[in-house]
Amino acid sequence: MLALFYVFIAVAIGVSFWQITRILNLRSAIATDDDNHTQGKLFLVFMAAFYAMMIYCLIALNVLMLPESASIEGEHEDNLFNITYWLIGVVQFIMQFFIFYFPYKYRGKKENKALFFADSHKLEMIWTIAPSIVLVVLIGYGLWQWNNIMDLSDAEDPLIIEVYGKQFSWDVRYAGEDNALGRGNVNFIKGINTMGVDMTDLSAADDKQVREIHLPKGRKVIFKFRSQDVLHSAYMPHFRAQMNCVPGMVTQFGFTPKFTTEEMRLNEEVIAKNLVINKIRKEKGEDPYEFDFLLLCNKICGSSHYNMQIKIVVEEEETFNKWLAEQPTLAEVIK
Amino acid sequence: MSEHHHKETFVTKYIFSQDHKMISKQFLITGIFMGIIGVFMSMLFRLQIAWPDKSFTIIEAFLGPHQTDGVMSPDIYLALVTIHGTIMVFFVLTAGLSGTFSNLLIPLQIGARDMASGFLNMISYWMFFISSVLMVVSLFVEAGPASAGWTIYPPLSALPQAIPGSGMGMTLWLVSMAIFVASSLIGSLNYIVTIFNLRTKGMKMTRMPLTMWAFFITAIIGVVSFPVLLSAALLLIFDRSFGTSFFLSDIFISGEVLHYQGGSPVLFEHLFWFLGHPEVYIVLLPALGITSEVIATNSRKPIFGYRAMIGSIMAIAFLSTIVWGHHMFISGMNPFLGSVFTFTTLLIAIPSAVKAFNYITTLWKGNLQLNPAMLFSIGLVSTFVTGGLTGLVLGDSALDINVHDTYFVVAHFHLVMGISAIFGMFAGVYHWFPKMYGRMMNKTMGYWHFWITITAAYGVFFPMHFIGLAGLPRRYYTNTNFPLFDDLSDVNVVITLFALLGGLAQLIFLSNFFISIYRGNKATQNPWKSNTLEWTTPVEHIHGNWPGRIPEVHRWAYDYSKVDENGEYIHGEDFVLQTTPLKDGEDPS
Repeated sequence: MLALFYVFIAVAIGVSFWQITRILNLRSAIATDDDNHTQGKLFLVFMAAFYAMMIYCLIALNVLMLPESASIEGEHEDNLFNITYWLIGVVQFIMQFFIFYFPYKYRGKKENKALFFADSHKLEMIWTIAPSIVLVVLIGYGLWQWNNIMDLSDAEDPLIIEVYGKQFSWDVRYAGEDNALGRGNVNFIKGINTMGVDMTDLSAADDKQVREIHLPKGRKVIFKFRSQDVLHSAYMPHFRAQMNCVPGMVTQFGFTPKFTTEEMRLNEEVIAKNLVINKIRKEKGEDPYEFDFLLLCNKICGSSHYNMQIKIVVEEEETFNKWLAEQPTLAEVIK
Repeated sequence: MSEHHHKETFVTKYIFSQDHKMISKQFLITGIFMGIIGVFMSMLFRLQIAWPDKSFTIIEAFLGPHQTDGVMSPDIYLALVTIHGTIMVFFVLTAGLSGTFSNLLIPLQIGARDMASGFLNMISYWMFFISSVLMVVSLFVEAGPASAGWTIYPPLSALPQAIPGSGMGMTLWLVSMAIFVASSLIGSLNYIVTIFNLRTKGMKMTRMPLTMWAFFITAIIGVVSFPVLLSAALLLIFDRSFGTSFFLSDIFISGEVLHYQGGSPVLFEHLFWFLGHPEVYIVLLPALGITSEVIATNSRKPIFGYRAMIGSIMAIAFLSTIVWGHHMFISGMNPFLGSVFTFTTLLIAIPSAVKAFNYITTLWKGNLQLNPAMLFSIGLVSTFVTGGLTGLVLGDSALDINVHDTYFVVAHFHLVMGISAIFGMFAGVYHWFPKMYGRMMNKTMGYWHFWITITAAYGVFFPMHFIGLAGLPRRYYTNTNFPLFDDLSDVNVVITLFALLGGLAQLIFLSNFFISIYRGNKATQNPWKSNTLEWTTPVEHIHGNWPGRIPEVHRWAYDYSKVDENGEYIHGEDFVLQTTPLKDGEDPS
């Protein structure tokens, strides 16, 4: 019933226009010189507002953006992003100027004649070649960096961690002493063996399943991703890392943590962002927030997709080794 | 053909009509109706994003069993997002845009009595109608409509255990889309055949208006890529209902291991995006075609670089079929493929840039008639540039890693294909309304509609880039579980306010549209002083379009403001109909 009420209001607004058009239609339906003048000026007004908005966003919303990369591989990514960001920023500011200024400058007048200008090979060559050159540079740098991140074959003594996505939580397993993960398959899921590890596989015994991801600073980490049910995506925004978890296959991604959690908390950008966050939290009467690295799901996976996260702790290698040594192996847990 | 103007009944004239002009109106009205649903849904879920715990009577009123005390459930949130995407991309911007204007303009602009097959054309509309009905019906299924995202990636879309919307709702979605694809294919084949075979005397391919080129190439992309979506949908139906394992493997859900072995969801992603990416251009190219025509006419200037524009359309069409993998950089496919797709993707920037520059040059030194259609076309160029530029970030695999599936993507594609295409559609409606209904739309309301809409569009999507760069994933029911994102809530409120403004502004358009059908000022034969053939037909629609013989074409479509050496208009006015023969000594341009 209430729905009908809303529909009725919408229709009533529409019908009220019926009366208005009676008056409005007394004017011609085609733009006159006066209209061109008014609309041309409105383009200028809009342009001013649009530029003000863009500049405001660039400055005021800057604090919201992610802090600098917390992984070594992500440095080049930030670099490439900054280059691209400034480039598109400059092009945007120039092109939008012409798009909004020309309608004012060349607004139609009865006595004016448009210029018959149908072609210019020189101009067209310029704006085909100029973007091409810029793109070659961007593509070159981008592909080099992509290769850099995705090629994990030459990593020396990497730490191997398995992340297992399921509706709606993450399980994590470390490869243990032998640095090799035991085989996993959904058919082995039973009781506390929630990751479906094949315990007959020799590399499985020393694997360690944990509740929280700990990473050593400065050592390359290779993540192996699996999924139990639907697609998930393991997104670690602070490390510039993301990879889908696909049922039926193992995907991987690697990076080297650059800052410990403690160091990251002292990062200027993090502090600035947290000030904003905690001001808002205080107004709402919530506890203050302290920065932590996170892994969150970024591929629609069902009802609680919006709450599928796990904390990541980055620490010095010694602390990490101590923590890992305390964790029980699968052989100890699964009898 | 006017001689056998046989008597038509109400049914043959308004319902099962085979006349392309009537069919185009049917497409438009159905598209508008679906658009109302799609936009309304976005307003509902924007309320949820801005004020997650707040109770709204409007949510209580419309979401019935899927809400408690005016707060929507997470499942229906995902369903709204899914159906909003599906409806806007396919039902509004594919069928509503292409269906309307290809049907209206192809025979009129190339000088044909009707489409090559009027009967198939009618079938195409009615299949679209049936698929629309099914999609609307799916909204009322008990467990809710499809809710796996508009990309319907399995296993989520294949398993009702995974999400309630993947039951009956998903079945209806798939059937509806299968019929939709068939409709679109029949339509596209008809457009291609018509353009190839039914051009009037003198209408060489290189004399066709750019709208024709855009619709022609769009139809070709559609024929190449839509069947792949159909096959993906059919295979998914098999997986869902007949136990096959094309896309599924090794799944443990609701406490049991399912029997599926050996399939791969990545295969589905390939099949989906093989359509999904060209689909972007199926949506966009007709809008750009309309813009070319509207900008040239209202600038009183030839479109700058006609041949380069055709070349760009072709280049975009070709490249669009080999870039689908840029949606899948982090899907787990071989990283080498990622490199290849980065390369082809960034190449698309070149023809796109050429088009944008050519539009701007067309405005330069024109005598701009700022009609509502012209405003929307200029708006399109602006949003196309803004949205297109961020494509350089997303198309680069290395950068995509960190913004993939965040709000940055949402902002990018809404500006570059959503807003741009809808602006093209509005431009088309304002420009050709007199051809469709013999009356004019109201100018003042058109101006209000444009200024509010573009303000709202930028108000929504410009700040959205930044919350994406803050790492906020899309399709989150609420962000309250992440203190990390607390500082984005104010921005989200602003975005929602603009979204509501933009949605409500469409009431201006709707009233203007429907009222003008009955009460608009009577149109003259060629209200915008345009060159193209459709304006040589009488205002009153007749079957067969031209009362006597089909006119012959003597020149291209863009002889605006053509002057002789004394600076006087060669033909006395600032436009020259394509049917006007060349004068002695006049250069054919």
